[in-house]
Amino acid sequence: MSRQANRGTESKKMSSELFTLTYGALVTQLCKDYENDEDVNKQLDKMGYNIGVRLIEDFLARSNVGKCHDFRETADVIAKVAFKMYLGITPSITNWSPAGDEFSLIMENNPLVDFVELPDSHSSLIYSNLLCGVLRGALEMVQMAVEAKFVQDALKGDGVTEIRMRFIRRIEDNLPVGEE
Amino acid sequence: MPQPGPPGQKTSLLVLEGMGFRVGQALGERLPREMLAFREELDVLKFLCKDLWGAVFQKQMDSLRTNHQGTYVLQDSSFPLLVRMGSGLQYLEEAPKFLAFTCGLLRGTLSTLGIKSLVTASVAALPACKFQVVIQRS
Repeated sequence: MSRQANRGTESKKMSSELFTLTYGALVTQLCKDYENDEDVNKQLDKMGYNIGVRLIEDFLARSNVGKCHDFRETADVIAKVAFKMYLGITPSITNWSPAGDEFSLIMENNPLVDFVELPDSHSSLIYSNLLCGVLRGALEMVQMAVEAKFVQDALKGDGVTEIRMRFIRRIEDNLPVGEE
Repeated sequence: MPQPGPPGQKTSLLVLEGMGFRVGQALGERLPREMLAFREELDVLKFLCKDLWGAVFQKQMDSLRTNHQGTYVLQDSSFPLLVRMGSGLQYLEEAPKFLAFTCGLLRGTLSTLGIKSLVTASVAALPACKFQVVIQRS
């Protein structure tokens, strides 16, 4: 393998490790700043939301996806395009509710938690809660009010990591970019 | 280094720098040994300018200067974390917040590579910035 090719792989590896390490540093600092896990979870969600309301523009510009006609299309775009683009993984979509307004994103592996272990003292911490905020913020900018929450977490011993997405309602008014 | 802004900002910059330092240390520890076969100090700095910057910011540092006595100035004419903020003098006061983590990152990576340093950053006009690395010899 040429030195050049080696450099490319190393660069990518460094880049993804940097991402994981930086996220870990962020969560660690939040745990120091806030007294309890619940507050950290809320803060992660809020930060995620602020990222999501801006990330959506980057996503739409880079992905060229058109308008989604229903929640099923939205789910596909989230899993196959967005997650792939930003996290390099493609979660599977399962457990659709009969009304078609809820589904689950199942992640076999979550790049945010590589090499991470949750200490017993932080059992209520939703380590990757930033993702839920991102999903909520991004979808709000395309006129969808949704709820996103972790229902399974590999970090807590579950087999997989599962985010449950629930469609609340279509947002009709054109509100200015939200910030929390 | 002069610290603009209220005292609270000084603490938060230190916190950010500290986070960057720990991340830089951990990152340095994960690098394969072959990649780190440096002949001399200047090679380490070149590594930061090319490989680390490439991995983190998908670009290389624009210039590296040294007085050959342990002080290095790394220049990025278009620092990615400042590019979207603006150009020129607007938000100059805010700029340190976006540089602190990166200073720590450099200092942390150097630390794992066995080099103790002090890293500071300065911005004259966005989005160009300079990182100054001063090697601390005991």
